[in-house]
Amino acid sequence: MTARARKTRHSLVAAVCSSACAALMIACGTSYYEIPIETPIQPKMDVTPFQRVLVAGFVAGGSEDVDANQETVRLLRSQLRTKSQLRVIDADLLPLMDVAAEQGGQGPAVDDRPASDNGGVRIAPQAQGVALPKQIKEEKDLEPYERVFANTAYWKRIGEEFQNPLIVTGTVLFTPHSRSGYVQRDVEEYDSFGRRRVSPVRTYMERKGFILRPKFIFIDGRTGATMYSESYREEILYNSQQNTPALSSYFELMDRLVPNFLSALSSQKIKGTRVLLK
Amino acid sequence: MSVRVRVPALVLAVLAMTSLAAPAFADAKSEARSQVEFGINVAQRGLWHEAIYRWEKAVELDPTYAAAFNNLAVAYEHEGQLAKARKAYEKALEIDPNNTQIRQNYELFREINDRTSAKDPS
Repeated sequence: MTARARKTRHSLVAAVCSSACAALMIACGTSYYEIPIETPIQPKMDVTPFQRVLVAGFVAGGSEDVDANQETVRLLRSQLRTKSQLRVIDADLLPLMDVAAEQGGQGPAVDDRPASDNGGVRIAPQAQGVALPKQIKEEKDLEPYERVFANTAYWKRIGEEFQNPLIVTGTVLFTPHSRSGYVQRDVEEYDSFGRRRVSPVRTYMERKGFILRPKFIFIDGRTGATMYSESYREEILYNSQQNTPALSSYFELMDRLVPNFLSALSSQKIKGTRVLLK
Repeated sequence: MSVRVRVPALVLAVLAMTSLAAPAFADAKSEARSQVEFGINVAQRGLWHEAIYRWEKAVELDPTYAAAFNNLAVAYEHEGQLAKARKAYEKALEIDPNNTQIRQNYELFREINDRTSAKDPS
């Protein structure tokens, strides 16, 4: 057999094999199907006893460019309005830092102060003389303020004032952050034939951004007791030359956390895709 | 003499049993397969309850059918029955540990389940 005849025979065999494979694939059909699903997630808390929710305010600190207390209250109220069954109470923010100071005995004497200054509630002084940092810059500055959330008498009175709603409060720390180190990024290259290639390259970069550390506390307005609390930490870093406003970073980080916050008190549907097999 | 008679009779009996059992087993497998296909068809139309019924039947008919367990897990997940979904995914992976599609489904499921740690109605 000549070399040419052998070559012709090989290509004939290859063609037969490939068409047989194709025929087999057609005959067998697809063996998997992608299907969209929506997983319902039950709320982490039972909020059926409540018709209303009061986002009372937060003890906040960190960056001075963002009023984390006000922005968090505004964002959570708007999310709760559209994505939960509870009616959102529009009320002034509670001055929780002042309340904590009064409970710690640092502020003005409780009974001398107009009731309207602290949500219309007079507070029994507790833990007299415990120092509260005037400015909250880091996590440990928040710790002395935590006692305000454990004061059931205070929250019960707030609850009575607003007809026993679910109360949402807590702490928010939004701090600037920078980090240097090696970062892997994809670099596009073209070879002499004009073919595109993407290869990973490690480069030393100085990056800056923000860290958001909220702690959401859910209080039963009927008893003043904490029902549930959860803490989160999210960070975002940009190239140091990039100038991103603090407020947009704050919203970007909150966007990641809001579904988790909502899943605590209302059922959510998480969309996804799965594969069904034959 | 009697031993000589008994041995072929025994062989015949075994052959008869296997020849009867093999088609029955094949029938169960093929019935399970058609239940799975029907389940896929109805799930694609959004009839998840019917799909669950079909896939539950399929795993009953053929308890070694990894695809049926996988599909059942997906359906349970869609219905929010997360404990049942986890069990079905784990069974599917136990039967077919190298199936990347089942593994991928399971990873996605775990991501949701672990993140939310929600109450489970199942």
